[in-house]
Amino acid sequence: MSKQKQKAIDQDILAVQKPEEKEYSTLNLGPTHPATHGIFQNILKMDGEIIVEAEPTVGYIHRAFEKIAEHKPYNQITPLTDRLNYCSSPINNMGWHMTVEKLIGATIPKRAEYMRVIIMELARISDHIVCNTVIAVDTGAMTGFLYLFQWRELIYEIFEAICGARLTTNIGRIGGMERDFSPVAWAKIDKFLKEFPAALREFDSLVTRNRIFMDRTIKCGPVSAEMALAYGFTGPNLRAAGVDYDVRVANPYSSYGDFDFKIPIGTGGDVFDRYMVRHEEMWESMGIIQQAIKNMPDGPFHGDVPDFYLPPKEEVYNNMEALIYHFKIVMGEMDVPKGEVYHAVEGGNGELGFFLVSDGARTPYRLHFRRPCFIYYQAYPEIVKGGMLSDAILTMSSMNVIAGELDA
Amino acid sequence: MDKQALLTTIHDQLKAKFGDGLVSSHLDYDFPVFILQRESLIEVMRFLKEDPELNFHFLTTLCTIHLPENKGKEFCMMYQLHNMAKNYRIRLKIFVSQNDTVVPTATVLYPAANWMERQEYDFFGINFKGHPNLKRILNMDEMNYFPMRKEYPVEDGSREDKDDTMFGR
Repeated sequence: MSKQKQKAIDQDILAVQKPEEKEYSTLNLGPTHPATHGIFQNILKMDGEIIVEAEPTVGYIHRAFEKIAEHKPYNQITPLTDRLNYCSSPINNMGWHMTVEKLIGATIPKRAEYMRVIIMELARISDHIVCNTVIAVDTGAMTGFLYLFQWRELIYEIFEAICGARLTTNIGRIGGMERDFSPVAWAKIDKFLKEFPAALREFDSLVTRNRIFMDRTIKCGPVSAEMALAYGFTGPNLRAAGVDYDVRVANPYSSYGDFDFKIPIGTGGDVFDRYMVRHEEMWESMGIIQQAIKNMPDGPFHGDVPDFYLPPKEEVYNNMEALIYHFKIVMGEMDVPKGEVYHAVEGGNGELGFFLVSDGARTPYRLHFRRPCFIYYQAYPEIVKGGMLSDAILTMSSMNVIAGELDA
Repeated sequence: MDKQALLTTIHDQLKAKFGDGLVSSHLDYDFPVFILQRESLIEVMRFLKEDPELNFHFLTTLCTIHLPENKGKEFCMMYQLHNMAKNYRIRLKIFVSQNDTVVPTATVLYPAANWMERQEYDFFGINFKGHPNLKRILNMDEMNYFPMRKEYPVEDGSREDKDDTMFGR
């Protein structure tokens, strides 16, 4: 090599800049980027395709639910909870009903609790279908998404047959369920239980062991157990990191103690583990629904809480007491004990908690939602730092950040 | 350990270690609640987190409650800690005056407190001393009031097309 050439190479080496002298580019990802599946803005500092720093901006669909809830009677808050994690609104509804039931000390008959379990597990399956198929879409596999979304549609038809609504369900009432499952609902649940396993297995064989999918997801966006706990992770994201915490087991609510199910956990906390945990949870949820149907007790589908539960219409027209209760409930004039309760349910994304302060008035004095998304999304900059932009997109979909829950 | 035993155990330990730092304790539904002095909050949390037996390693949630009638202690901060392995859950509370809304930050112990405290700053104007990035999070940066305080009505008071006085709070 000539001396001149060697000198040129040396100069080239010297020309590699130190990090502090480097020029970075700023990329504004969002708020309405098609790959983020929701309204999220991330201001990324990029070195080529590597993310150096990320700064998320949240609050684009903030609707002040905590403030609105301070001005609404208890039964009118249920529709607000629908809009938190709108991929699994029945779980939010049930969580809210159970919080109020805890406050007023109502006992709920077994049948209502089993019905709630069926609805909540269906909602969990639909939530996980969204998350897992979207992970597949972000790695380039559109087919699985189209196949499984048919079954999500069937779940929505079941909700429609039970309560009349599909996405924002307002399902159940304080004290139980608003009505028993109709024969149509039972037929649809049966159809779902019979035919969904084949579809899920097909999706599994299509995606899980696919070489491209595995290469894209394994070791992508890893979260250690320590980091997950420090940042307040709960739900599938925490379990993927290897911590076996599930509210359904730790603090069983709504008769979850009666069912036999496993808590799948991962080891690496990467995108693949999060995907697998959700996938296995769908199978466990199927098992819970089957057990609930098999052991479904007879009896009433709502508890004896006349202050909160609307009496049947024939009663209202023919019975003075029922008319009075009907009026009081509709006008929101119920007697509520004073107190502070916290109740948590295992939502699609983790521990969904309701902290309710009552001063005895017709509306809550203060209602605070513990929204799992809001708490774990703050770890996102830490996770994507040093990774590729395409991995950041994948990490976000695998964490299942739902804008409604993030912003409340 | 049941809730009552947990309450007495922690009460005795805190009383022995922090004396007047612990104001009182009681059981509220299924939660042992400990009311603390603001000055000893972080030290109590550190003790609860690092004690090998109690080991409250997880901050479930924190929130503010505005109590305008409670003169001198208008704001209540609530923290919920969790020990997942033994499934212990407790609630800590401190009270601060509206003239002095400074609360020490819990981010030194729990990184998860970062956004939660920003949210409480955003809505109630609690100043978390030592917080790494205390700015508004859900509301716009230009907002010049703290909307979750009780003095702000949910709707614009100048509206005349709605008359809700009969059903208002």
